[in-house]
Amino acid sequence: MSDREAVAHLLRRATFGPTADEVDAAERAGPAATVDRLLAPGRADRGAAATPVPALAADPYARLTGESTREQRQQANAERREQLQQVTGWWLDRMVAAEDGLTEKLLFFWHGHWATSAQKVKSARTMLAQLETLRRHGRGPLGPLVAAMVRDPALIVWLDGQKNTRKAPNENLARELMELFTLGIGNYTEADVKAGARALTGWVVDRRTGVARFEAKRHDPGEKTILGQSGRFDAEAYAALLAAQPAAATFVAGRLWFRYAGTEVPAPDGLAGADTVATLRTLFSSPAFAQSRGTLVKQPVEWLVGALRQLGVRPSALPEQQRKQLLAGLNALDQVPLRPPSVGGWPAGAAWLTTSSLQARLRTAGMLAAATAPAVLARLTAAPTAGRPDALARLLVVDGWSARTRAALTPLAGEPRKLLAAGLVSPEYTVS
Amino acid sequence: MDTLTRRRFLLTSGVVGAGALAAGAGAYSLRDLLDTSGDRDPQARTLVLVTLYGGNDGLNTVIPYGDPAYRAARPELAYPDGEVLRLDDDFGLNPALAGLHQRWSGGGLAIVRGVGYPKPDRSHFRSMDIWHTAQPDRPGNTGWLGRWLDSAGGDPRLAVSFEPALPPLLAGATSAGAAVPVSDRKAAKGLSAETLKAFEAAEPGESASRARAAACFADLRSVDEMIRQVRDAADPDTPDPDGEQAPATATGGARTPLDAQLDLVAQCVEAGVSTRAFSVSLGGFDTHADEKQLQAVLLGQVDRALTGFADRMSRTEAGRKVVVAVYSEFGRRVRANASDGTDHGTASDVLLLGAGVRGGWHGAAPSLTDLDDGDLKFTTDFRDVYATLLERVLDTDPGPVLADWRGRLDKLF
Repeated sequence: MSDREAVAHLLRRATFGPTADEVDAAERAGPAATVDRLLAPGRADRGAAATPVPALAADPYARLTGESTREQRQQANAERREQLQQVTGWWLDRMVAAEDGLTEKLLFFWHGHWATSAQKVKSARTMLAQLETLRRHGRGPLGPLVAAMVRDPALIVWLDGQKNTRKAPNENLARELMELFTLGIGNYTEADVKAGARALTGWVVDRRTGVARFEAKRHDPGEKTILGQSGRFDAEAYAALLAAQPAAATFVAGRLWFRYAGTEVPAPDGLAGADTVATLRTLFSSPAFAQSRGTLVKQPVEWLVGALRQLGVRPSALPEQQRKQLLAGLNALDQVPLRPPSVGGWPAGAAWLTTSSLQARLRTAGMLAAATAPAVLARLTAAPTAGRPDALARLLVVDGWSARTRAALTPLAGEPRKLLAAGLVSPEYTVS
Repeated sequence: MDTLTRRRFLLTSGVVGAGALAAGAGAYSLRDLLDTSGDRDPQARTLVLVTLYGGNDGLNTVIPYGDPAYRAARPELAYPDGEVLRLDDDFGLNPALAGLHQRWSGGGLAIVRGVGYPKPDRSHFRSMDIWHTAQPDRPGNTGWLGRWLDSAGGDPRLAVSFEPALPPLLAGATSAGAAVPVSDRKAAKGLSAETLKAFEAAEPGESASRARAAACFADLRSVDEMIRQVRDAADPDTPDPDGEQAPATATGGARTPLDAQLDLVAQCVEAGVSTRAFSVSLGGFDTHADEKQLQAVLLGQVDRALTGFADRMSRTEAGRKVVVAVYSEFGRRVRANASDGTDHGTASDVLLLGAGVRGGWHGAAPSLTDLDDGDLKFTTDFRDVYATLLERVLDTDPGPVLADWRGRLDKLF
């Protein structure tokens, strides 16, 4: 693999999809320096600064009372949906605009890991607060992250934590905490689930303010035995116990590998580092990571955000109707940010390669090609017709076209927008 | 409330792995189902497997209303005697299951009670993997009907799902069933048919995922063709399946409700296609809180879809050879939680109707008081049910498919 191919591979996985200029700069710096710069960008992100977190009005539900009419409730619901759309639109825009692509992609990873859906949480402020928590702790060690998440209002609402009381424990949160977020199946018992649920009792969420608070009278202060340790565990102590398990570090590192390198190449041993940044450094530097080139199916959000960046399209600059079409495209592709399908998060691999997802990709690709910035299109048309498939490969940061794909693209060289759309649905672009 | 919908599970399961991929995930390479009309043995039966994702609460489906322990364990959640649709002095159906109740009275509904497996797993994902693979000790990466398909020659048209993704149960070691989406099949605009066809070619040396991405282009073409032909062949009086579909929404709701899926099954059966096993499903049964109303709505959907389908099937020769089996990955805890819901439990009921099915009770009802850590103890192994279906509906020796499992439900047929 040439240096250019190595840094292109790295940037495709570590960020949402590099532009040709970004690959040029990384090639000049070399692979090792590129890993360093990705993990410690060292300068303020102008793109992120230009897309500040939206300041939301108070939750429309806060003004409702027992006396509120049906119309007032419907109005509040409608406003809540609007706020959620606002946050989803903002996030998509941020993913495209940010210069520090690693941070934004890592946030999306954690969002899919602690998969919480606005479908049940409903409050945009609460969802946004969870993203901020994941952003704050996502690069660091597991302990503070887990400790913050067991008290995260969105997660508590999502997994019925507020219904988990001393008198009647609800196991939903404790189970998923161990199965999906920290240890993985096989590393705990049913008794641990029951005891863990007791440890988590007492935390409730004020649905009006979106704040989580501890109610001592709902908490079960008794002795519990979890993972062989006995004590009067509360949420914090339980979180600390989980985060300290070697199985947790291994499990989370495995999930990072799953998303950043895929499943066709097995994860190397010793991936887990002291914190997420250390794990990612080991991951990106491992020979197995290099071997995984060309095997990872892009998730729809990765596919779309990467394309928007490469084609010079900023969602917020689009007319409203096209912005809505973009989100409709993600919906048809089955991956809408803030709406993971289940607590298990989004699927991976061949699950994204279905006939119905191909149809949705074809439609969205056509829309993206139509919205492509003239300056970007000019780079394609500047090449002589015969050289346009190669110019397209450079634009979309594909290492090269197979004979099959070249045969599909060549007849379209005279129709640059169609050429773009075809590139976006090609196997080489869909699987990176 | 609905943290786990049916198709979401399909997409997140780990089961569809190497096997299906290696087989080129024949999943979608369904050629022309209708071309197989007439290929099949007219005596052959058809299995329609209905999966209820999320863990349906069996005790509020087939209700042990005569047992005082039922009401004691879930005072708020229990149905009063007067509301239960009586089956006998001890058991009754959920009030939402009026259609099935009527079938029971006519001897057309079989209920297998207490179906489960040893050392139950209360994770949705794991437990559903177990039901899909029929491998409770260590779910592998092939489904039980996928292994049947391997043994039956591997033609994907024999095992069909009208779902957007391949359900793990249809993934075999060397072959895979066909997943045919009901919705979203508007012809793609923009790129020409020639361009799309050019992408179909496999490229030597490329990764399995890239090969799959290329194969999608071929699949899209054949699926489009098949759906068009099935629908053209449909009785003109039959309502368009699209008409009954809930619109796709951002809320993650299922796009292909049971009605629409069963409609397509009915059309295929009536057209005499070669398919021997259909997989359909409904999600949303994960009722940790405020369960009663939610479950009633879902069971109402199941009841209407199943009885409508069964009525339609009873009107044709081919339809009278169809057996329907309904199951969920686990039941729910006997005792209600404080949220008027129930947590993940264990053994539950399997419902069967159709060709040759002997109505009435099968298997023993689990005790509500002699519990395993708060959960029902299973009385019938789910592999007994599978083995019986393989033998009596699919005319196959269950041995190779179910690791020489010996148990059967002797009186089911």
